[in-house]
Amino acid sequence: MLNASLNELSAALAQKKISSAELTKLFLDRTARLNAALNAFITVETGKSLAQAHAADERIAKGDAKPLTGIPVAHKDIFVAKGWRTTCGSKMLSNFVSPYDAHVVERFNAAGAVILGKTNMDEFAMGSSSETSFYGPVKNPWNQERVPGGSSGGSTAAVAARMAPAATGTDTGGSIRQPASLSGVSGLKPTYGLVSRYGMIAFASSLDQGGPIAKSAEDLALLLNVMAGFDARDSTSVERAAEDYRRELDRPLAGLRVAVPREHFGGGLAADVGKAIEAALAQLEKLGAKRVSISLPNSGLSVPAYYVIAPAEASSNLSRFDGVRYGHRAKEYRDLADMYFRTRAEGFGAEVRRRILIGTYVLSHGYYDAYYLKAQKIRRLIADDFVAAFKQCDVIVGPTAPTVAFEIGAKAADPVQMYLNDIYTIPANLAGLPAMSIPCGFGKDDLPVGLHIVGNYFSEARMLNLAHQYQKATDWHQREPGGIQR
Amino acid sequence: MPLSLQEVQRVAELARIGVSDAEAQTVLAQLNDIFELIARMQKVDTEGVEPMSHGQELKLRLREDIVTERDQRERFESVASNVEQGLYLVPKVIE
Repeated sequence: MLNASLNELSAALAQKKISSAELTKLFLDRTARLNAALNAFITVETGKSLAQAHAADERIAKGDAKPLTGIPVAHKDIFVAKGWRTTCGSKMLSNFVSPYDAHVVERFNAAGAVILGKTNMDEFAMGSSSETSFYGPVKNPWNQERVPGGSSGGSTAAVAARMAPAATGTDTGGSIRQPASLSGVSGLKPTYGLVSRYGMIAFASSLDQGGPIAKSAEDLALLLNVMAGFDARDSTSVERAAEDYRRELDRPLAGLRVAVPREHFGGGLAADVGKAIEAALAQLEKLGAKRVSISLPNSGLSVPAYYVIAPAEASSNLSRFDGVRYGHRAKEYRDLADMYFRTRAEGFGAEVRRRILIGTYVLSHGYYDAYYLKAQKIRRLIADDFVAAFKQCDVIVGPTAPTVAFEIGAKAADPVQMYLNDIYTIPANLAGLPAMSIPCGFGKDDLPVGLHIVGNYFSEARMLNLAHQYQKATDWHQREPGGIQR
Repeated sequence: MPLSLQEVQRVAELARIGVSDAEAQTVLAQLNDIFELIARMQKVDTEGVEPMSHGQELKLRLREDIVTERDQRERFESVASNVEQGLYLVPKVIE
């Protein structure tokens, strides 16, 4: 059951081979055993999860089940869930029990899925290693001295260690795809606007997008069917007819034009990762895909532009944490201003404070044009590169991250080195394009490598098709970390 | 252009985040590294390029001007640190 696909779990539940309560307990027990070592979950509430599981069992008995009914799903602790403590990895929200559900949580609840717990993450999703969490770093299940990637590292570690069959994540500059790559699982960031941001604690609103994390592309498609959908409460939610993201899974790849950006195979790419990516490209060609070479000439500017735009939006979004309406409030203060200063100094960790300062600076009087406006113009150039590229190809593939998982602490003191981890993932966020990462082999020290797939706007079904056909021909996605007790 | 310690203190003031002198020194060095990375943008000619503020070119939706929220004051105030008679309490602002 631990290794079963969501379809297999759904069938087992329908055929009464296992109940949702038993299945939920199986994963809760495993989480209880492994979490002390991996720290993938911040909050687990056995009673709440089992109550949902029993309700799902009743629904199944009545013949009212949907594809995810009774299946436990872990939520990144950035999605608020009614009655659940929701911390966003921060001391600022350590006492915050949400009075409402995020749209994503509502949709999973309506589908009959069970909330398995809230997963650990970089504080306010600002990080690429899941080390900046107030609740301690997440460990990579493949090697516990390594980071799992971030910021959705709790979700990817949970799926990799088989503590959860599936999980949710969010991606502002690579926070679903980079940890999926470093943890050896599959993750998808949909087209901007496809998944509602309502109840997803805001980091950089023009970039933030929720998405699924699972063991396979087939599972991702099933999860996206539940997560995606119009929501009037998110002013950037896209109004589109519902799609079945599984519809193209079985389509052959013959004739699919797969493009490789020349810029993504430059100096910064580790040789072991490059080798695994080349092998994956050869496999795609064997499946009938046609390889074309493209150029994304401005992609090298994506990290600088991102580190203006994302902190600028974050400095505005995080101004709401003032100790008045919710969250941490300093114990001692002289006056109102002092209360704000102390509350925010105590409640935010070093990386969050740093990014708020960057954002405040680039938006401040006299610097707006030089930084913020300039970054928005670069953003346009990067998006235009993709518009030109998609005239020659159907999907763009390459490495998700420049290296395999690095050691915990290795980049913690050097923000710039940490930021450069997201060099291949950030362009899709800036352009608003859908992108995903799937396991495609192993590099140095037997650590997983991820293949990055970027599609045109709303082409998720086609990307999932490519990923599924690749996973039918390979077994990288079925490998699981050794050394973890069963 | 490297930042000065005074600028870090001024930005922290604007952001309402208390920063000690020692901390400001550490942050200064890190921010200057980050701004060196950001400075790569300045070499690019962006004359006439339309700024892109969002991942999707969306028009804001309009809706009927009617009440859609119900009163949930108690629920939302239940997570505040200091509330009295339905009001959020903060330190005295006007003497």
